[in-house]
Amino acid sequence: MKPSVSHHRCDSSAEYELLIDGANCGSCVKKIETALRNVQGVDHAEMNFAQRTVLVSGSSGVEPLINAVEQAGYHAKESVAENDEAAMTEKEASDQAYYKKLMRDMSISLGVGIPLMLYGLFIGDMSVSSPAERFAWLVVGIVTLAVMYFSGKHFYTGAWQSFKNHSANMDTLIALGTGTAWLYSMVVIIVPALLPDMARHVYFEATAMIIGLINLGLALELKARGRTSEAIKRLINLQAKTARVIRDGNEVDIPIEQVRINDQVRVRPGERIAVDGEVLEGRSSVDESMLTGEPIPVEKTQGDLVSAGTINKSGSLVFVAKRVGKDTALANIINMVKKAQNSKPPIGRLADVIAGYFVPTIMIIAVISALIWLNVGPEPTVAFAIVSATTVLIIACPCALGLATPMSVMVGVGKAAEAGVLIRNGESLQTASQITAMVLDKTGTITLGRPQVTDIVAISGYSEEDVIRLAASLESNSEHPLAEAIVASAKSRDIALSDVSDFNAITGQGVEARVGEQSLLLGNKKLMKERGIELSEQVIEQAQVFAREAKSPMYFAVDNTLAGIVAVADPIKDDSVAAIKRLQGNGIRVVMLTGDNQATAKAVADKVGIDEFYAEVQPQDKVDKVKVLQDENEIVGMTGDGINDAPALAQANVGFAIGTGTDVAIESADITLMRGSLHGLADAVAVSKATIRNIKQNLFGAFIYNVAGVPIAAGLLYPVFGILLSPVVAGAAMAFSSLTVVTNANRLRFFKVKEH
Amino acid sequence: MWIINLVGVVFVGLIVWWFWLYKPNEVKANKDLIITVENGVYSPSYITVPPNQAVSLVFNRKDPAPCAEQLLIPEFNISESLVLNQHTRVHLPAMPTGEYEFHCQMKMYKGTLRVSE
Repeated sequence: MKPSVSHHRCDSSAEYELLIDGANCGSCVKKIETALRNVQGVDHAEMNFAQRTVLVSGSSGVEPLINAVEQAGYHAKESVAENDEAAMTEKEASDQAYYKKLMRDMSISLGVGIPLMLYGLFIGDMSVSSPAERFAWLVVGIVTLAVMYFSGKHFYTGAWQSFKNHSANMDTLIALGTGTAWLYSMVVIIVPALLPDMARHVYFEATAMIIGLINLGLALELKARGRTSEAIKRLINLQAKTARVIRDGNEVDIPIEQVRINDQVRVRPGERIAVDGEVLEGRSSVDESMLTGEPIPVEKTQGDLVSAGTINKSGSLVFVAKRVGKDTALANIINMVKKAQNSKPPIGRLADVIAGYFVPTIMIIAVISALIWLNVGPEPTVAFAIVSATTVLIIACPCALGLATPMSVMVGVGKAAEAGVLIRNGESLQTASQITAMVLDKTGTITLGRPQVTDIVAISGYSEEDVIRLAASLESNSEHPLAEAIVASAKSRDIALSDVSDFNAITGQGVEARVGEQSLLLGNKKLMKERGIELSEQVIEQAQVFAREAKSPMYFAVDNTLAGIVAVADPIKDDSVAAIKRLQGNGIRVVMLTGDNQATAKAVADKVGIDEFYAEVQPQDKVDKVKVLQDENEIVGMTGDGINDAPALAQANVGFAIGTGTDVAIESADITLMRGSLHGLADAVAVSKATIRNIKQNLFGAFIYNVAGVPIAAGLLYPVFGILLSPVVAGAAMAFSSLTVVTNANRLRFFKVKEH
Repeated sequence: MWIINLVGVVFVGLIVWWFWLYKPNEVKANKDLIITVENGVYSPSYITVPPNQAVSLVFNRKDPAPCAEQLLIPEFNISESLVLNQHTRVHLPAMPTGEYEFHCQMKMYKGTLRVSE
């Protein structure tokens, strides 16, 4: 038997599970563990002899581990990832085999049950009065027993195992219900004298029909369940199967499992990138849409990061592998989506509690219901008691209740992932649907977070090119974000920079240096004033215009004469305005927070249509602002791009982190937007609302089956309306309740996330 | 009739005792312990693990029913897919003393982790 592994990463070291071959004695364990512990970087090695697996943690990498085991005289290989395509295919094959088995079981039991039911309805009644009838029904009883054995054996063995284990489950109810109906019918045939004439009625058709219908329900549910996990399948299919690795100057195609960190990998146009890495050479555009939801390909060149699963569109790239196997961003995303898909929002927990106590409670209700019928029911009391107890047991299965939440969450979380929104758990899914106020950090959230040169004003006979060339040369020694913007601007114009000397940063004012014989000065008004550089009214007015437009103007002087103004701004993302409008359109109060000054904050807020904003706030102030909103009974969503927003993200009811496809801050927030666009926020809110609505529909459906179905089955409507549910109807209702829930959850797959 | 009623009441009592009051035998988790998932139950289903110490449990799923696939330990936000006819190792964090439920997605398969010395 081949063990599989659930792999868990920790931040400091990796964990590997090796499959060991050739270890046949207990003493091998110590030998293998010692060999592994001697490998450099191994923190912990523990072998499970029963399974022939060894779990190793450390920073060694997997190859030295395999070598160590080989040298100790055994064979080892790394166990396969749980989320790889092979595992998925294997799962599909086993599901398919189980589906076929259920359908076969269903055909056998309905093949017997339907003719019997039709006979009872249209030809004769199911009572036993003559010896000939007794014999005929005995034969039918034996045939039904055969159906119970061949088609329903799994219910009875499951019920017995469960009983032995002091637990009760769906099998318990089915086994009790069908078993009671069959046993009662056999008593009618074998010892009819025990029962009054009116109660000599057999229920073999109920037994066969119930087994058939429940098998059919399970088969259809299995099919529908398969569709709910399509998002995961699509993500898994994003993984490349092979990679072209450059080893010893040769390019070889190898399975991606064999790609190691620091391998150089070539990816040709049209190919999928196999592992995460950093581009060493080449230039190309890469389609990251399946990972981030962002439709426009991203340009990649030397130094840029590439992610597993994305598609190289145009040129050839060579990159160095940085994260492989289960550590790639894609593998992490798959893992996170899987986990989130199984975590339940609070709305589902009530159903859980009920499901946990349901089965024994139903057994008690069945007994009490039978007793009531026996004591105060009409004749034949025994028959009524048997029918009501059987029906209660059959209709009560809480499977639909158990499925109501997970099925919807599975589809909803997958749907969000397809749109580049990673929802971390069920709780944040539910809270996101209730958000009334959304706090947005400005820099990096509403804006790009990367300042760019927006305007260059040349004065005193200098050209724009002169200004940007000299200013960029001066700033090439600075690491300030504004300096980077100026240098990047020169580079984008293919302007060569000059060497500078005597560089000096003047705190809070600007920078100075020399280029050749020229002295250069770049900074604010104060710096110019201190150095006696004259600023005309016109120049000051121009600078103020820039400031009102949320740009940072810098004065540039050459040899103590003003040569120009360079304005730098952090541009607003293209779709921020539309996304904010979408949020406001959903009745969400949008608030902006920024550490920037009042004027810039106001300019940005005006541009994107936010009325409520707070400028010059520190990280601690952001937390306080969130608290203030919460005190006003708002359910607060906080969106930020990382470290300085972390406290406020944690304080908010739901924290949204702006990540990127390559460096996903998936551990830091409740929900991560893998692309930069704020549309992700509106998408997340829309998906969560749709999911919670779907869960409510499911819970309603499931509760109706159980809460309304049980009293009707017990006979509550009989005294007034004369209605007593047939066990066959109960069987059908029970079988299709789960199917209804799964099918309704599947409707979510058609929910359109993108409305922009 | 009163005999039948008495039998019914006793039957109700037995249900309460058997399913709610009875504590199944505990099994201590060790590295060779394999929890089988078959016929709607986890065997063993009442497992003792040491406190404040990360441990791992190995599940062997033999039950093809889809409900058997997911193993959830809600208290620790653990959810693992159990592969049919294979061993799946599930890693548990260091846990404080107490009793924690593990179950399938539909809560039909249930077990208890007892964290104690």
